[in-house]
Amino acid sequence: MNLLYNTIYQLQEITLLTWRALRSLFRPPMYWSEMLKQMDVLGFGSLAIILLTGTFTGGVLALNSANTLQRFGFTNQTGELVATSLIRELGPVLTCLMLAGRVGSGIAAELGSMIVSEQIDAMRALGTDPVKKLVIPRIIALLLMAPALTVICDLMGILGGLFVAVSQIFQATSVYMASAQRAMTGNEIIGGLLKPVVFGFIIAIVGCYMGLSTKGGTVGVGRATTRSVVVSSILVIFVDFLITKLLIATILGYD
Amino acid sequence: MTRTYGPQHAIEFREVTLAFGDRVILDNVSFEVGRGESKIVMGGSGTGKSTILRLALGLIKPDAGQIFIDGEEITDHNEEQLMRVRQKIGMVFQEGALFDSMTVYENVAYRLREQKVPESEVEPTVRQMLRFVDLEHAIFQLPNELSGGMRRRVGIARALVGSPKIVLFDEPTAGLDPITARTICELALKLRDLENVASIFVTHRLQDIEVLSSEYVTRNEQGDVEFHKENDEVCLVNTRFIMLKDGQIIFSGSDEQLNEAPDPYIRRFLQRRG
Repeated sequence: MNLLYNTIYQLQEITLLTWRALRSLFRPPMYWSEMLKQMDVLGFGSLAIILLTGTFTGGVLALNSANTLQRFGFTNQTGELVATSLIRELGPVLTCLMLAGRVGSGIAAELGSMIVSEQIDAMRALGTDPVKKLVIPRIIALLLMAPALTVICDLMGILGGLFVAVSQIFQATSVYMASAQRAMTGNEIIGGLLKPVVFGFIIAIVGCYMGLSTKGGTVGVGRATTRSVVVSSILVIFVDFLITKLLIATILGYD
Repeated sequence: MTRTYGPQHAIEFREVTLAFGDRVILDNVSFEVGRGESKIVMGGSGTGKSTILRLALGLIKPDAGQIFIDGEEITDHNEEQLMRVRQKIGMVFQEGALFDSMTVYENVAYRLREQKVPESEVEPTVRQMLRFVDLEHAIFQLPNELSGGMRRRVGIARALVGSPKIVLFDEPTAGLDPITARTICELALKLRDLENVASIFVTHRLQDIEVLSSEYVTRNEQGDVEFHKENDEVCLVNTRFIMLKDGQIIFSGSDEQLNEAPDPYIRRFLQRRG
């Protein structure tokens, strides 16, 4: 009963924080420099892990799918399989799971320590709305950076697949790339970009909420960090299912 | 006893009650702080001393009762209206609560920059404030390079930007060595006697109480600051005390009355002296 109560309570608080953020989104003052800083820290800072994640995921996909396709004599389709899997599913989900781990935890820890050391109170006492100064720049940064990183992840994955296709199954580059290109239709790309926008928002708002609701000193900061990663990862996977269902029902339906 | 309400008070609490769940923090608390007056709030840990300051700033709302700042009721204010009221108030947090990603300069300049004051005006103000707390040499250091006492002094400088007429001190001397603690009390005296600032000073250190209730500051003809001790001819009337216990005010009055209060809790509190 307590768990149910807590879940509903947290959902309500996250919704309220979202509402407060949306309401003050376009009201001055805007903290442009803070937004740019967060894009750099949260987005550009995650580039390295996304490059690695993308490359190896693409490589593994090519290895596995080539193995299976070989039985049916369809190895020339490897590119399409790799690209479709990446653009539809693995690119957005893996990128955002990595972001939930690296960035979501960082947001929760930073805001949590600011709560514990009374910096958020000090900020309010000095006439700044912490939602405007801290929450909105992080939301905007992730709304823009999560899709950007997903595109990079997709691209690196396709290149990783290419490397495996050329070096392990001795496919011609042109065969692989032509096959991969078939996967890149407009609707696929729209679907593949919609997901990280939603996931980025989830990671930012959950991280901010967990950080700002920190209680109980430094132990509380640790708890908030863990909870932020767990909740946003689960939400990413759950919402991914919903969006996929929605996309298949609308633009990605089977012919 | 009749009580007069109105804009003559800098801060006024009227029958304020606050509870977190089942725990009652403040129970029907009323008091007022006159303009230029220092109110020293004492009491053991967890008796709601800091809560009073957070209520006065509007950081939390009372469950019942009214709070007035400078004659204006803030109890039902929304965040935007509170922002305006908060500009009249400077708050010194327990550990300084400095923004650790910013230098001392940026911390002190924070409020002015938020108000979009041009940088050419910001710098002289910041330097003046840091000179007041004697920390101009640390201007470009980061908070984690400073000692605990220095951090609180920067916190005081930051609170004083914009010359607020109300300053709230949340245990500014807790955990400091006696000399640094005295420096901070002297800053509070200077604000009270030279700048006519109203303040609430939360503390449970008897040494602070001693200094704040028996010393005063004047400026001589050369403009230098001089400290004096209260004697038979001069009796301080601008410093008064509140003692909190279990969410209620069990004493309110001057230091002379405090020393003669019969309440056994107050007696025990004061006997820790020395």
